Amino acid sequence: MVPISYYLVLSAVLFGLGVVAFVFKRNIITIFMAIELMLNAVNLAFVAFSRALGQLQGQVFVFFVIVVAAAEAAVGLAIIILIARNRQSLNVERVALLKL
Amino acid sequence: MSAELAVFLVLAALAVAGAVSLIVQRHPIHSALSLIVVMVSLAGLYLLLGAEFISAVQIIVYAGAIMVLFVFVIMLLNAGIEERTNLSRMARYVGLPLGVLLMALLAYAIGRGASSQAPAAAGPAPTKTLAMMLFQDFVFPFELTSILILIAILGALVLAKRES
Repeated sequence: MVPISYYLVLSAVLFGLGVVAFVFKRNIITIFMAIELMLNAVNLAFVAFSRALGQLQGQVFVFFVIVVAAAEAAVGLAIIILIARNRQSLNVERVALLKL
Repeated sequence: MSAELAVFLVLAALAVAGAVSLIVQRHPIHSALSLIVVMVSLAGLYLLLGAEFISAVQIIVYAGAIMVLFVFVIMLLNAGIEERTNLSRMARYVGLPLGVLLMALLAYAIGRGASSQAPAAAGPAPTKTLAMMLFQDFVFPFELTSILILIAILGALVLAKRES
């Protein structure tokens, strides 16, 4: 039996790597992927707690997180397409202003 | 070492390696493929935790739908290799230590808090109970998410529409 703390530490490590990727990467698509990585890390913590407490609410929550992540990906990628079309670049430093 | 622990360690190493690869790779398509590795190994971990439904949803929705959308957009925009600038050098010297610090702090706090905790109870998590809960206790949020997805589809269409 794997202790629950192993899963939580792995979740923390993945979340930290997501934060590092978020500040480290310059490509707006990769930054968006870092957000997805952080969401996944939190999902792992939810499922681990659900197992530890013997209750299923955590898994229901993960289900909703996945649904919201899908909606977020659709809208976010549409915004990224718009930015790429207007600025001809995917580098976030070229997107410092909201106005063109 | 039990077989379960061995499987956990292999999947955890795979997930961390994928996450590190996401940071190290400079081409977005390589980062996307690394993220798929992380998601598939997380699906394996969910199976290990007894969450079969979440594991299947993880593969179908995350690794299947969302990542295909990412790869599609990367190819549509013809994204090239990331360019390095002054700010990204600053991010390396300030952001990297801070991120590692956050990671270590979180892992330390969890490890200290959970050390006295008993190992994971073998709670059965059948998909039937999950479905009952989803469509009885959580039926209102469930319906709300369908509205959310509808709005997201409309928003994506309106945003990405080419102005004529």
